[in-house]
Amino acid sequence: MGYVVTEKCIKCKYQDCIAVCPVNCFYHGEVMLVINPDECIDCGACEPVCTAQAIVFGDTNDGEAWLDLNLKYSNVWPNITRKGETPTDADSYNKLEGKYQKYFSASPGKSVR
Amino acid sequence: MSNNSSPLQVAVIGAGPSGFYTANAIMEIVPNCCVDIIEALPTPYGLIRSGVAPDHQNTKAVSRIFERTAQDPRFGFYGNVIFGQDVSLKELHNHYDAIVLATGATLDRALAIPGSEISGVFGSAAFVGWYNGHPDFKDLNPDLSTTTVVIIGNGNVAIDVARVLIKTPQEMLNSDLAGHAAKIIHHSLIKDIYIIGRRGPLEAKFSNKELVEIGKLTNGVPVVDSAQIPAKVYGEMSDLDRHIREKNLQTLREFSSFSSTDKNKRVHFLFNSRPIKVLGNGHVKGVSLERTQVENINASGTGEIFEIPCGIVISAIGYQMPPLNEVPMNVSGDLVANFEGYVSKGLYVVGWAKRGPKGVIGTNKADAEVVADHISKQITVGFLAGRDGLEALLNKNKVKWVSFSDWQKINAREVSLAPAGAPRQKITKISDMLAIIK
Repeated sequence: MGYVVTEKCIKCKYQDCIAVCPVNCFYHGEVMLVINPDECIDCGACEPVCTAQAIVFGDTNDGEAWLDLNLKYSNVWPNITRKGETPTDADSYNKLEGKYQKYFSASPGKSVR
Repeated sequence: MSNNSSPLQVAVIGAGPSGFYTANAIMEIVPNCCVDIIEALPTPYGLIRSGVAPDHQNTKAVSRIFERTAQDPRFGFYGNVIFGQDVSLKELHNHYDAIVLATGATLDRALAIPGSEISGVFGSAAFVGWYNGHPDFKDLNPDLSTTTVVIIGNGNVAIDVARVLIKTPQEMLNSDLAGHAAKIIHHSLIKDIYIIGRRGPLEAKFSNKELVEIGKLTNGVPVVDSAQIPAKVYGEMSDLDRHIREKNLQTLREFSSFSSTDKNKRVHFLFNSRPIKVLGNGHVKGVSLERTQVENINASGTGEIFEIPCGIVISAIGYQMPPLNEVPMNVSGDLVANFEGYVSKGLYVVGWAKRGPKGVIGTNKADAEVVADHISKQITVGFLAGRDGLEALLNKNKVKWVSFSDWQKINAREVSLAPAGAPRQKITKISDMLAIIK
């Protein structure tokens, strides 16, 4: 249940979502963020603020494909509660197709503090 | 900056999201501290409890993380203590090294048109407070034996009010709609609700998620005139802002294809109309409006006047904060005077009292972190009495404060009183709450 992050986040990581999440349910990897579907309270605050439009409702065709990824990595990657540095080349990756095949990394993100 | 034995003493005024995020942020950066939240009501959580709509239980679940904050041994809760009445700012400075105002914006922005004082006109803070069981509004007793309601405002609160008035008892089964409100709402004669915006769909502040819900009501259908919907989003703005507006236009277009006779009840979206007068003698009987056009984001009147007969007017046009004793306001008198949350020596502000009534629940996190950072760098331990001093003062003034474990007893009682399917039945009288914890 709840919202999930899709591959549109990969290599963009704008992180505007984190600023509005009331329950801090985002977890970050090297190249993307994921949402913990069990912690997400469905408030919907994150979905409209993502520049890459990477967040969708989990209960949709689009969402279901990414549910497992979000579930798995939100239990492995560190929690992120404040916005870090957006990669300087984020805009050049925005709207690119097939980013999961090309760029996905299972490595956890670095600490933001 | 605190030494080994004596903690930094911090008081936070207000137990809404901004207060709780602040308590949490301070406890995260200052290991040796005591943080006490002082709250006027016996119940915590601010607008999560009294503002978020009763059928949006998911959103209310944010209180789970506030519960976690409350479990920290350094945390204290003093409910049923009214700042400015039971304890003054000066008295708090005597016992706490730092004070953070998280008092929000609890009043309605005034609907400044003739007739707004006629019986049957309500601000949304009062009306939403009423159906959410807020003790201050339990006796509002709106007369809903009218077929038409006019709601003024184009934000999510306006949509919430319309939705709560139109949803059936079945649809509200899993909600915590206050009992006294359910009785009146479910016997109302309402057939038509008008949501009025003085500007157009592009300026409306509805979030798409909320707008879409109006298209999924058992007994209600949205009514939108397609002539009111711009063909596309025009104007200079970021891709993101454009995308948000496009989604709303798309939803409104879908709504305009619904037939208004589809369902028993109708929610009409009326744009480019500003209310100029409430009509009626002794009770509301209608609203007079003027059609507007938008030039450069501002609405200007066209001179075309029309009327909507109705028996209730609810204004959902934003909030404002009440004046606070001993606290300086900014030049326009609508916010606590502050620079990045700093007010004066040992005094800070977060949330709506700091930046105005805007943003979502999570928006308060940033305020909390900035102020926690200030406190960790600017405040030194003064060896003050903290909650020992506060309690001595409250005892002297015979104030019956409510601790967090007291609140949990009240909470447990509300849960035990819940009708089938509902998460709780709200207790709306403060004396009843205090009787539970005697």
